[in-house]
Amino acid sequence: MIASVCIVLGSLIIIFGLVIMNGASSLTLEMITQTPTLTPPGSPPGGGILNAIVGSLLLALPATAFASLIGISIALFLQTDFLHPAVSNTIRFMLDVLWGIPSIIYGIFCLMIMIYIGMSSSLIVGMIALTMLEIPIITRCMDESIKMVPIGLREGSYSLGSTKFETAVRVVRRQAFPGILAGILLGLGRGIGDAASILFTAGFSNRIPTSIFDSTAALPTMIYNLYSTPLGQSKAFAAAFILLIIVLVVSVLSRLLTRRFKKHIIK
Amino acid sequence: MNKRKLRDIIGTNLMRIATLFISLLFFLILILLIYRSALVLGTHSIIDVLFSSIWNPDNGQFGLAAVLIDTILVTGIALLVAIPISLLSAVYIVEYAPLKLRRTIRPFIDVLAGVPSVVYGLCAFLFLAPFVKDIVAPWFGVQSTGLCIFSAAIILSIMVFPIIISLCIESFDAIPISLKEASLSIGATKWETVKKVVFRASAPNIMAAILLGFGRAFGETIAVNMVIGGTIRLPSSIFNPGETLASLIASKYGELMSIPLHESALMLVALILFIVVLLFYFLGFLLLRRAKKRWSY
Amino acid sequence: MSMESYQIETKNLNVHYHKNHVLKNVDIKIPAKQLTAVIGPSGCGKTTLLKSFNRLLEIQEEVKIEGQILVDGENILDRKGSEIPDIRKKMGLLSQKPYPLPMSIRDNVAYGLRIHSTKNKGEIEKTVEHCLQEVGLWNEVKDRLHDPASRLSVGQQQRLCLARAIAVQPEVLLCDEPTSALDPISAQQIEKLLLKLKKEYTVVLVTHTLRQAKRVADYVIFLYFGMVIEQGTADEFFNNPKNPETKAYLSGEIS
Repeated sequence: MIASVCIVLGSLIIIFGLVIMNGASSLTLEMITQTPTLTPPGSPPGGGILNAIVGSLLLALPATAFASLIGISIALFLQTDFLHPAVSNTIRFMLDVLWGIPSIIYGIFCLMIMIYIGMSSSLIVGMIALTMLEIPIITRCMDESIKMVPIGLREGSYSLGSTKFETAVRVVRRQAFPGILAGILLGLGRGIGDAASILFTAGFSNRIPTSIFDSTAALPTMIYNLYSTPLGQSKAFAAAFILLIIVLVVSVLSRLLTRRFKKHIIK
Repeated sequence: MNKRKLRDIIGTNLMRIATLFISLLFFLILILLIYRSALVLGTHSIIDVLFSSIWNPDNGQFGLAAVLIDTILVTGIALLVAIPISLLSAVYIVEYAPLKLRRTIRPFIDVLAGVPSVVYGLCAFLFLAPFVKDIVAPWFGVQSTGLCIFSAAIILSIMVFPIIISLCIESFDAIPISLKEASLSIGATKWETVKKVVFRASAPNIMAAILLGFGRAFGETIAVNMVIGGTIRLPSSIFNPGETLASLIASKYGELMSIPLHESALMLVALILFIVVLLFYFLGFLLLRRAKKRWSY
Repeated sequence: MSMESYQIETKNLNVHYHKNHVLKNVDIKIPAKQLTAVIGPSGCGKTTLLKSFNRLLEIQEEVKIEGQILVDGENILDRKGSEIPDIRKKMGLLSQKPYPLPMSIRDNVAYGLRIHSTKNKGEIEKTVEHCLQEVGLWNEVKDRLHDPASRLSVGQQQRLCLARAIAVQPEVLLCDEPTSALDPISAQQIEKLLLKLKKEYTVVLVTHTLRQAKRVADYVIFLYFGMVIEQGTADEFFNNPKNPETKAYLSGEIS
């Protein structure tokens, strides 16, 4: 049994260690503040990965914002006060499936629509793909924490004359707030790290996008494109390092915020 | 109509629209995949596609047998490795580990669940693959580039650990201590209590964890794509390169985007992925419901 | 009194739980094959005392136990970890809230048998039937032994837990307020069972209703804020209490 734990911890520490060691060495100031420069083929790609950093943020932050708005609406609506349990459970099942399918399917879906409309791969299409990817995740997390709000709280609100909507927004949301926040952060983390959904939809570019119709690079796609080229690997590791930092920050933030807001909720 | 009522109606309807939207999205994706697969299914019988191992799009041959076998191998090995290790780790963390160790491990595992697949793929490509090539394969007497089914399975199992472990830990933690006391007071040892009480009481949740792990392993596109070698041929050993259903889409999409028939074949693959996940989740739902009824405490 | 043997004795027992000094210098003697009631206000360490007898306390975190607990003359605190299951086998535990194991009715009772002895299937079946009859549950469940135990009513579950406990032939029965979660009829059934069982087993009953203690106890120990205030036969205790705190408790001034 202890062997199992050691295997798990060991392998995970190795991965962390590798990324940190290799990434830290590649993470010069130049790396994060410059976009890639064109260099003659055969020599190491110059410049940095600023385009990917900015691209990732521009893709993931709005996507998470939209997904959260839509998600909270759905999650609140799924309470039994609004819908028959059979219906809401079916929707929950569909959300679970949508969470479980490989993210590349969202990429394909958006790609199809993109081609049909006549757009090319760009920031906005990537954003839409990420939004779709994040909605099930965020919604289900919020839903689970909303479910835990004791029914007595809702009944108390109704007996004071509130409508279902008001109760949902004022009472339930406040009580479930830590869980809701955790869901949003989880979605954000997933969105920033996902490569498959934006591989075909966001395109690639060496520059920082100036409009939402520009193609853009992103940290995960950069890693995917450069990992096998020996000369590009330093960039790949730098990107991986940044991604790991983001994951760590999201995780720590999630714990801190959850703990802080737990003060206000009633047990 | 006063302001309050108006707000109420708008708000409720917005929620309704959002919920409708996501339900529609589910069906839209499914329908689109079916619609786009129709082209290749029109000219090739499904039996051919599933059981032929010849993949030669230019000749109009879309045999997926090799890919299917690779997928089964990769997913199967990954789960075979991950499930026992994860279960035992979870048991150790909850039941045997000292308090301090427990407190530091849990956040660590949560962080690891959030690491993106590309990062796993990167590490696997640069370190696991050479390791397999230089040490593991020769030990089995086989030659390999390291970019093979085995490597993909191993990195997948590492990715699946945090999922199963954290769900199991949650479940084991939720068991009331008095239930364990009830077993111990009859004179059972700790391990007997774990086997006969903790596992049984958590059986539904363990099943759910395994299903989730399966979903992750089966659908993982990027990490597998980076280390599996991208060859579509029936494997003669797990140290051969290959291609899974998910990684196939990532590999071939660029090439085949332009020709409708080829694209349709890939859509079929995507459809298969969607349906398998759907079926497994449905199976899980049924099993869970039944198990909850039987083993509630 | 002089001819009675004591099954359990504690000497200078001190228990610290999460840095709280829960049991202070507890010296008690529990007579064999009688029903000893441990009474006192809630939160005074009665459950802690009970769970120290079968060393169940130690599975919790941050527990410190000092002193001696003698069972049949032997200090069980000296025994190694691997021998603890045998100690526990000697003592059956009945908790406040019944906790049937997540398995069928039959498997619940057979649980201990399957772990400890190598009896064959037929003997196990006979023992299961015998135990269920002892607790008066047989007629109610004989047709559905394979049903999950969780389907029984609370009162039935508690009797099942009792059957499960006596299946491994313990010498002592530790009962932690076993009727407080039950309806009056089930509570009465359990009490009657305890009265029957005390002829064969040493019963230690933690209760915080004085009336229950008066009904069933042969011997009483009064625990107040972790300290033993008084102990003696039921007769002496209820009719002739020596301690002012005892008198206050009995008259209902403190509870």
